[in-house]
Amino acid sequence: MIEIKDLHKSYKMGSNVLHVLKGINFKVEEGELVAIMGSSGSGKSTLLNILGMLDGADSGEYTLDGVPIKNLSETKAAQYRNKFLGFIFQSFNLINYKSALENVALPLYYQKVPRKERQEKAMKYLERVGLKPWADHLPSELSGGQKQRVAIARAMAAEPKVLLADEPTGALDSTTSYEVMDLIQKINDDGNTILVVTHEEDIAHMCKRIVHLKDGIIVEDKKIEQVRAEQYV
Amino acid sequence: MFDLERWQEIFDTIRKNKLRTFLTGLSVASGIFILVILLGFGQGMRNGIEHEFEQDASTSVWVWPGVTSKEYKGLNPGRRIQLVNENYTKASTIFNDDIEYGSARIFVRGVSVNYGKEALIYGVQGVASDFQFIENAKMMEGRFINYQDEASNGKVAIIGNKIKKDVFGDVDTPIGEFIDISGIPFKVIGVYKEMEDREEERIYIPITTAQRTFNGGNRVNNLSFTLPPAENFDKAVAQAVDFKNGLREYLQQTHTIAPDDTGAIEVWSAMEEAKRYYGLTNNIKLFFWFVGVCTIIAGVVGVSNIMMIVVKERTREIGIRKALGAKPWSIIAMILHEAIFVTAISGFGGLIFSMALLELVGPNIEVDYIMNPSVNFNVAFSTVIVLIVAGTLAGFVPAYRAAKVKVIESLRDE
Repeated sequence: MIEIKDLHKSYKMGSNVLHVLKGINFKVEEGELVAIMGSSGSGKSTLLNILGMLDGADSGEYTLDGVPIKNLSETKAAQYRNKFLGFIFQSFNLINYKSALENVALPLYYQKVPRKERQEKAMKYLERVGLKPWADHLPSELSGGQKQRVAIARAMAAEPKVLLADEPTGALDSTTSYEVMDLIQKINDDGNTILVVTHEEDIAHMCKRIVHLKDGIIVEDKKIEQVRAEQYV
Repeated sequence: MFDLERWQEIFDTIRKNKLRTFLTGLSVASGIFILVILLGFGQGMRNGIEHEFEQDASTSVWVWPGVTSKEYKGLNPGRRIQLVNENYTKASTIFNDDIEYGSARIFVRGVSVNYGKEALIYGVQGVASDFQFIENAKMMEGRFINYQDEASNGKVAIIGNKIKKDVFGDVDTPIGEFIDISGIPFKVIGVYKEMEDREEERIYIPITTAQRTFNGGNRVNNLSFTLPPAENFDKAVAQAVDFKNGLREYLQQTHTIAPDDTGAIEVWSAMEEAKRYYGLTNNIKLFFWFVGVCTIIAGVVGVSNIMMIVVKERTREIGIRKALGAKPWSIIAMILHEAIFVTAISGFGGLIFSMALLELVGPNIEVDYIMNPSVNFNVAFSTVIVLIVAGTLAGFVPAYRAAKVKVIESLRDE
């Protein structure tokens, strides 16, 4: 599904050049649930931004579902993001004046799905994350865990090839974190490919594979026995 | 523009950001409102001044003799010029084609006027039948002097409405009453009305009667004419100036006056005077335009300011939308579409409101020199269009910049 070869990325910080990614090689198959771990400054967020086409790499190859991702125009990148990727952010990033349902329906708007169908589909995904009764609530009326579930429903609504989660539990307490992870595991059970960036060990162990980043290179890449989050809920 | 989905998206945004929308709309609407009101009053002043000039026929030309101030052909300065009947009849013949109405006038002096036992202190003037049209006197009762009265030296008098009120309050109508002018009875045959009280304090009698009965000989005190209406204002002014110069030249020759001795024969044309006022109102109108355009510029600056704040406020939202797959162009289109919609609605709102106000209040305004302020709809309409276009251009820059911002930057926690 995802294939990365010798990926490099550096940032200019004044006169210094900060080499963040120093040759990443990495492959993700369909249906995998991968945790990307590392301390802050290890380059895990940069990697996720490049995977999410929010940022470009300096050199190296990136293939997503057989499509080479290189030198994309803004418009093309937007198209690919809409078609291939769903984002889950640490700070949820819901639009605050739109209801839960409208937030979930938004990616479908950019897929030019008609309004009625959009709402039906959005409602289906809200139901799936267990928030159907909260469909008309604004984000400010929801708890942190509920907001993240709305965000997950939104990421799912576009039916992307890959879900990219950037510290999805970073702003949540541990019980709520496990609820969210439970949801992510169940989505993965349905066959969706998911990448989770985290620095929490317990969250990482709820995935099926852990990739350790340190100083811009992969130091460890292992398959693990998945810990089900269900038991903590 | 015709994308129904985007309309729905925009209505959603507007509905949920009422204050922001309201403030944007208010600044646009008030800009238009102020402009329309200013233009309306500019027009109102013009109307008012035109109205002031309706007192006398607007094409009237008046001749007043004076005293010569220059030596000419052996004649000393300081000569008093006396107009006579021949001057009037000859002028009428020479300028026959140019004149609509004409009348000589004589001020009857040294007479006493009585009604019964009451002494009246009103001026008596001998005029011709056409004088009614020159003075723009409106007959309220009876009739004005006619040709028959002139031909037969009729002992008839026309009085102003104010005299009727002051003197003839006791009788139903002054028509048929007699007033004594130096012992000679004159029958009142008409009452006229003028714009100003001052001009209603005159007693008109036929000029022939005035000359024969009160030792006027063939002397007249002044001449007055009106010119036929012209196609437009400029032509009317040109015609008035031509006539005025021709008439003065003729009178100067007949009375042996130096051509540059303007004080000896004064010719005054209402049209020229009106032109001066028109020039003034044009300047006032120009000034109002200037203020109005400044208001519009302020409106445009306001709109672009608000647009900038709106975009800033929505940076994160724009980032989210882009992460979800919004193309840069669709972001620009969304922001502009909303801006155009809000400016258009509020612009036309302001237009309709201000025009309605002018329409309702305008006719009731009764101030000197301001009358029925109104505004040309096309002008106001195009101003709204200009404001919308300018607002759009002003909104484009921040919208374009917002669409170009990198998603990770706009989503970064502040």
